Amino acid sequence: MSVGFVMLCHTALDRAAQVARHWAEHGCPVVIHVDRRVGKGPFRRMQRVLEGVADIRFSERFACEWGTWGLVAATQAASTLMLRDFPAVRHVYLASGSCLPLRPVKELVAYLDSRPRTDFIESVTTEDVGWTVGGLNIERFTLRFPFSWRKQRRLFDGYVRLQRRLGFRRRIPAGLVPHLGSQWWCLTRQTLSAILESPDRAAHDAYFKRVWIPDESYFQTLVRQVSANVESRSLTLSKFDFQGKPHIFYDDHLQLLRKSDCFVARKIWPHADKLYRVFLSDDAGNQPAAEPNPGKIDRLFSKAVERRTKGRAGLYMQSRFPQWNWENGMTAAPYSVFEGFSELFENFDIWLGKVTGTRVHGHLFAPDRVAFAGGEKVYNGALSDSAKLRDYNPRSFLVSLIWNTRGERQCLQFGPDDNQEIGAFFARDPNAQISVISGAWAVPLFRANVNFGEIRKEAARLQKIEAAHLAELRDPSVKAKVRIWTLAEFVENPMEPLQTIIDEISPRSNRRLTEAPRMADLTGFGQFLQNLRNQGMQPVLMGDFPAGDDPRPTTTRRGRPYLVK
Amino acid sequence: MGIWTTYRLRLARKRWRLRAFRKRRELTPVVSRINAVRPNHLLLFSTVRNEKIRLPYFLRYYRDLGINHFFFVDNDSDDGTREYLAEQADVSLWRAKASYKRARFGVDWLNWLLMRHGHGHWTMVVDPDEFFVYPFCDTRPLRALTDWLDASSIKSFSAMLLDMYPKGPVSAQPYREGQDPFEIANWFDSGNYTMAKNPSYGNLWIQGGARSRVFFADNPERAPALNKVPLVKWHRDYAYVSSTHMLLPRGLNLVYDEWGGEKASGCLLHAKFIDTLATKTAEELRRKEHFANSHEYRAYQEGLLASPDLWCKWSEKYINWRQLEILGLMSKGNWA
Repeated sequence: MSVGFVMLCHTALDRAAQVARHWAEHGCPVVIHVDRRVGKGPFRRMQRVLEGVADIRFSERFACEWGTWGLVAATQAASTLMLRDFPAVRHVYLASGSCLPLRPVKELVAYLDSRPRTDFIESVTTEDVGWTVGGLNIERFTLRFPFSWRKQRRLFDGYVRLQRRLGFRRRIPAGLVPHLGSQWWCLTRQTLSAILESPDRAAHDAYFKRVWIPDESYFQTLVRQVSANVESRSLTLSKFDFQGKPHIFYDDHLQLLRKSDCFVARKIWPHADKLYRVFLSDDAGNQPAAEPNPGKIDRLFSKAVERRTKGRAGLYMQSRFPQWNWENGMTAAPYSVFEGFSELFENFDIWLGKVTGTRVHGHLFAPDRVAFAGGEKVYNGALSDSAKLRDYNPRSFLVSLIWNTRGERQCLQFGPDDNQEIGAFFARDPNAQISVISGAWAVPLFRANVNFGEIRKEAARLQKIEAAHLAELRDPSVKAKVRIWTLAEFVENPMEPLQTIIDEISPRSNRRLTEAPRMADLTGFGQFLQNLRNQGMQPVLMGDFPAGDDPRPTTTRRGRPYLVK
Repeated sequence: MGIWTTYRLRLARKRWRLRAFRKRRELTPVVSRINAVRPNHLLLFSTVRNEKIRLPYFLRYYRDLGINHFFFVDNDSDDGTREYLAEQADVSLWRAKASYKRARFGVDWLNWLLMRHGHGHWTMVVDPDEFFVYPFCDTRPLRALTDWLDASSIKSFSAMLLDMYPKGPVSAQPYREGQDPFEIANWFDSGNYTMAKNPSYGNLWIQGGARSRVFFADNPERAPALNKVPLVKWHRDYAYVSSTHMLLPRGLNLVYDEWGGEKASGCLLHAKFIDTLATKTAEELRRKEHFANSHEYRAYQEGLLASPDLWCKWSEKYINWRQLEILGLMSKGNWA
């Protein structure tokens, strides 16, 4: 009989009784403290259930509101009783009513027997604590907290602010260095009795009665006064989420808990029948004695907290709808927008798909229908090619497409004839790579078999739209990777910009482009622009095309595509 | 939110509650077993009409989740629904002969029952073709979820409506009474949803899915809303405003995180598209008791004649809740 358990119980007394019986029947005395706020009925029932089990005591009851002195008073009373009634106990283990032993009692006993002088208690100086919720560290010890944090939050916060402003500070008793740590510890008789029987106890108690959350600091601080051998960790596996409430274990955590090799875990859901059945049966365990290793459980819970605080980038759904600038990734993955390329080059999409191995769509925001790659009518995630559905919420359309195709880079064409509403969105998106050949929309007009009057009108319309879009892309708030060339610049030297873009899309391929896409025949394009000018429309976005001076000889139309050195 | 808006919404809430109070007279109790309800019981509320064929599976599904007591309003069925429900030991049943439409599609009736019997309980409000799926629903009962919500001080839980449909014509496979409808309708659309925030009530407005793709491609703004908040720790001052899409006070509609994180949420699998739809559509068109001139049912009639198959090659086959979570349709949030 080397370890005794002190149990603090608030709810689910039947489960607490089950665990207490387990410990007592395996030779460990148990002292149970039941919260005074628990009614008489349930308390009596618990006493009746445990009647006749040797080595179980009930200690004096205190009201244990969270974060108040009652919890410490309860612990003190129960520990004193334990030390008095069970002189053979060497280690006292503080547990709660929702704790569950994960390893056989004899393994814990053996573990403690081989460390007879060690106090297991998490005890960290206030400067080094990273986990306190609410931002109160050292102030827990220097301010006063007369109001309940749970029930009188406004008063609590207001009073803290007031004390800060007035510069109020309580004096910390001489010799005490504030430490914080998990409430659940396992102390040796020597240490515990030294704390409880200290000549200064009255002074300490008076001080800690007004400290915020004394159950996380009373023993953690005082143990540093009396113990020479503090192992600063808790033997109880207990994880807290981002709001500071403990994570709860369910039946489906069984394997994780088994593999953790921890001695005791909290908090267990009271209806987790399987956990209670498995871990309280005698044949549980029989693994070789291992050190507790809660790494896997740590990862599981820290992932959960990350999901709750950061979420999955680029996901918009019923329970994640970030405000402007809080998206943490406006879209799920990088994608490329090409403006003017499919107008200047023939079969640009096929070429691009071949060179980069990505999915290349046509004009996804075209006015008549969504031009998915391969002319599909429905696409990943059952996105429809209906222009009306898309235009109902273009932003949802784009983010859904990028989300649905995670793992495969998407490229899309865009131009002044398309729905412009989306332009502002991808300009702001760091995942977007936008390459623009400005004025390239004039090429199809140039080659169209339409009356010149209509061409002139259309050119004026498209130029106006594109000018507005370019202004958007040149805004200082733009986060996308934007590159803009005029048509004249691009035609002069198309390979270098193409190489840059493609290197960025697939950086690992690292090869030189050998085959250029075939450029549209621009013979007479300069004259065409001059005709527009003559009709009173000023084409500015395509750059400088002198009339009559054709940019490229017609040879690119025939023969094999030219090779680059 | 200004004082004026707060006040206006408060008045609106009072008005809905008063309306529910007036509509209580349309409800005649058939069987009342409310004495069996204990303070910690999980309750389910639903309005039904001629759903006899669906009810056996519906009751079994929700009993297995851990619902302790069912509250049904029967809107004048003539197929034996009422008799069937009256026999069930965990059902309390009311009958309403009045207009479904004028009771705002049953919301007024349910608001009244919730006010009377839901106070202080976790309450589930679903239609008989909606099946609730939540994180870990294959290993943890509903009470695990509500206990966790209680511990986290969360009062309402979101579950988006997910339209399920079969592969092939909707009426090709007959549905048998007691059968799991998702043996037939086990496909869904995974990534074509649109969402926008409703500035006055604070809820998200979600549309899309198969119904929008097939029936409302030319008229997307009329596609049905899919956002739902079916699970609420009820207080007698609360009121559902429009179906279970939104509630007042509007804090209950804030089931989504706005700072990048994900809150926990579930899905309501919607077993509407099985062979019972054709009869239902004909009946509802005759009754004209549905929302906005029953335009939804008219769209089904036209749509199902033109293209009886909702399936497409990008449809996803339903496996389990983890699949829905990976696809981003629901989330575990910080529940682990």
